Amino acid sequence: MSMNTATGFRSAELTHQLAKKIQESTTQPWHIMEICGGQTHAILQYGLDQLLPPEITLIHGPGCPVCVTSLEAIEYALQISRQPDVIFTSFGDMLRVPSARASLFNTRAEGADIRVVYSPLDAVKLARNTPDKQVVFFAIGFETTAPSIAASILHAEQNKVRNFSILPANVLVPPAMHAILRNPDNRVQAFLAAGHVCAVMGYWEYEPIAASYRVPIVVTGFEPADLLQGILMAVRQLEAGRCEVENAYPRAVAREGNPTAQRLINQVFEPVDRQWRGIGLIPLSGLGLRQRYQVFNALNRFPLAQEATEEPGLCIAGQVLRGVALPSQCPAFGRECTPASPLGAPMVSSEGACAAYYRYKRVIA
Amino acid sequence: MTEPTYPNLQSPVCPLPLPAGAQILIGHGSGGGMTRDLIVNVFQKYLGNAILNAGNDSALLADELTRHAGSQMVVSTDGHVVSPLSFPGGDIGRLAVCGTVNDVAMLGAQPRYLTANFILEEGFSITELEQILASMADACREAEVEIIAADTKVTEKGKSDKLFISTTGIGWAPAGRSISGQNARPGDAVLVSGPLGNHGIAVLQARGNLGFQSEVRSDTAPLNHLVRELCDAVPDVHALRDPTRGGLATTLVEIARQSGVSILLDESEIPIDVPVRSACELLGLDPLYLANEGKVVVFVPEENAETALAAMRENKYGAQARRIGQVTGRSDGRLLLRTALGTTRVLDMLAGEMLPRIC
Repeated sequence: MSMNTATGFRSAELTHQLAKKIQESTTQPWHIMEICGGQTHAILQYGLDQLLPPEITLIHGPGCPVCVTSLEAIEYALQISRQPDVIFTSFGDMLRVPSARASLFNTRAEGADIRVVYSPLDAVKLARNTPDKQVVFFAIGFETTAPSIAASILHAEQNKVRNFSILPANVLVPPAMHAILRNPDNRVQAFLAAGHVCAVMGYWEYEPIAASYRVPIVVTGFEPADLLQGILMAVRQLEAGRCEVENAYPRAVAREGNPTAQRLINQVFEPVDRQWRGIGLIPLSGLGLRQRYQVFNALNRFPLAQEATEEPGLCIAGQVLRGVALPSQCPAFGRECTPASPLGAPMVSSEGACAAYYRYKRVIA
Repeated sequence: MTEPTYPNLQSPVCPLPLPAGAQILIGHGSGGGMTRDLIVNVFQKYLGNAILNAGNDSALLADELTRHAGSQMVVSTDGHVVSPLSFPGGDIGRLAVCGTVNDVAMLGAQPRYLTANFILEEGFSITELEQILASMADACREAEVEIIAADTKVTEKGKSDKLFISTTGIGWAPAGRSISGQNARPGDAVLVSGPLGNHGIAVLQARGNLGFQSEVRSDTAPLNHLVRELCDAVPDVHALRDPTRGGLATTLVEIARQSGVSILLDESEIPIDVPVRSACELLGLDPLYLANEGKVVVFVPEENAETALAAMRENKYGAQARRIGQVTGRSDGRLLLRTALGTTRVLDMLAGEMLPRIC
């Protein structure tokens, strides 16, 4: 990765060359979805949308791990964290996400032992060091976090760390793409696939999607030049009527992905139906623990009540996550809903589309 | 001839109470003999001066007003909590002195006196306390301030976290000087005294949960001498502020709102050290929101920008001073960033705690 902002994949010269090529290639309106919230933020952070011709509309996808984590999972997290002798661990972003009633931050302020970890393996280490506590890790994220979570389960099993468990909430990208494309409101004509997800999973999984829905898919990185290269390749496919899976990020992604990471995921997890916040139930879109590893499932360890969960009425997060509405079209945007007091998850996360609009576009737009 | 054997009476033969030893005990906060011992043997050893050592309940500054007749008095107060207490480039002691010294200096004043309030947790190591007091003393010497009143309280274990230090600073600004966050004006140049984000990364690193090593050191430093030299060179400085918590972006949004102006920053001019940039890339943090403890943002009329930069660069804490932007006009207070690609985006205040990204 280049750390120099003036050269490489952030060079102004390269970026402007690519923007010019996109303009020259575009003859009609196109709607392109970047799936990953990290890409949404990069696009707005660098103002790349300002470099595109007006015909091109970027639609922001559901690829924000905390945004799509279901209210039900958050309610379980809150209940588990309030149990006695529990240390609840999570990636930091998740702490601020509100459920209907509270967030993990509020619950921590009320006295629950909730800690931010940078890796699930840190949570296993914490469990070894505090044998009289139950340490629970909130397993959220896409295919990118799944390998290290699988590794933490195997590590806990090998070292007999019996006071470690996870609250499984991982989700998968391809089923979400099916759900978007089957939606009658769908406007997406091409996808930028998330480079880091493909670094793990490869892109062979996307080939049947491209073929059956006749939609171009371009594996795309995160730097300005990467993103414009991805957009350029998608536009060229659209203009030529092609629908292939192409790789605009070959320096990080191979078709097969990372076989070791995929083996880890498959050893520990299996696809299960999962609720996505704002989208609903998507069949076989989540990762659940296989039978052999169910002992590490926190849902089996604690007495939990299923509580009715409801989104705040004003929030249109679901439409934003499906790419049907822009954050700025929400009546609560920047008024009732801000990063300081978010109504919905996309306003919380550093990868959420609403937060990106609030941070980078609020005044200009 | 044999000498008679006598018992050795040089060491005590009946048990005495144990000396206080190496830990803060509840008794150190009792106000009695142990408190007095701690004050005399530990606090005064490092921070002592004629006024503090007088041992009164308050400090009498007999001729202070006469000496500064006609000047404007400036007061600031700040509480300091940081975990861990020591980090590369500083500790809570240096921070507690520099934080308040800098707050006083941001109105163009020279701080002269500090008061300090120490909340100690039962069980805290006295050796560590002495190291922190030595570091406070060094910072006081460097800033040329004295601690003239101090207080100590001890909490039960678990009721506080090792050591909290609150300091209050008193200083003087020349008559007529009017430096304020409300005074930024269209046409001002925006300058910064050096690279940003080092303190934030150094503290994250010292917490040991970055998962990688870096050589980043905190920039904690007293800026009062730099501010004096700057104000001597450029008498009409409009605004000064140290971009501490919330970082450069939050500080500039505050000033933009206070002054009712728009500020445009030039991303490629903002100095950020490579190790800080790398750490931010890895963690998904934005260096514009990281804390600094030894930097100042300066608003001066455009025609004085070069003189101001030259004056700042003469001081070791301003050697890498840069012009990073300008005040473009009147507004309800907005901060814009021109990216290295020539596009423009909005910068807002930091909302809540800064959190690393997930993937």
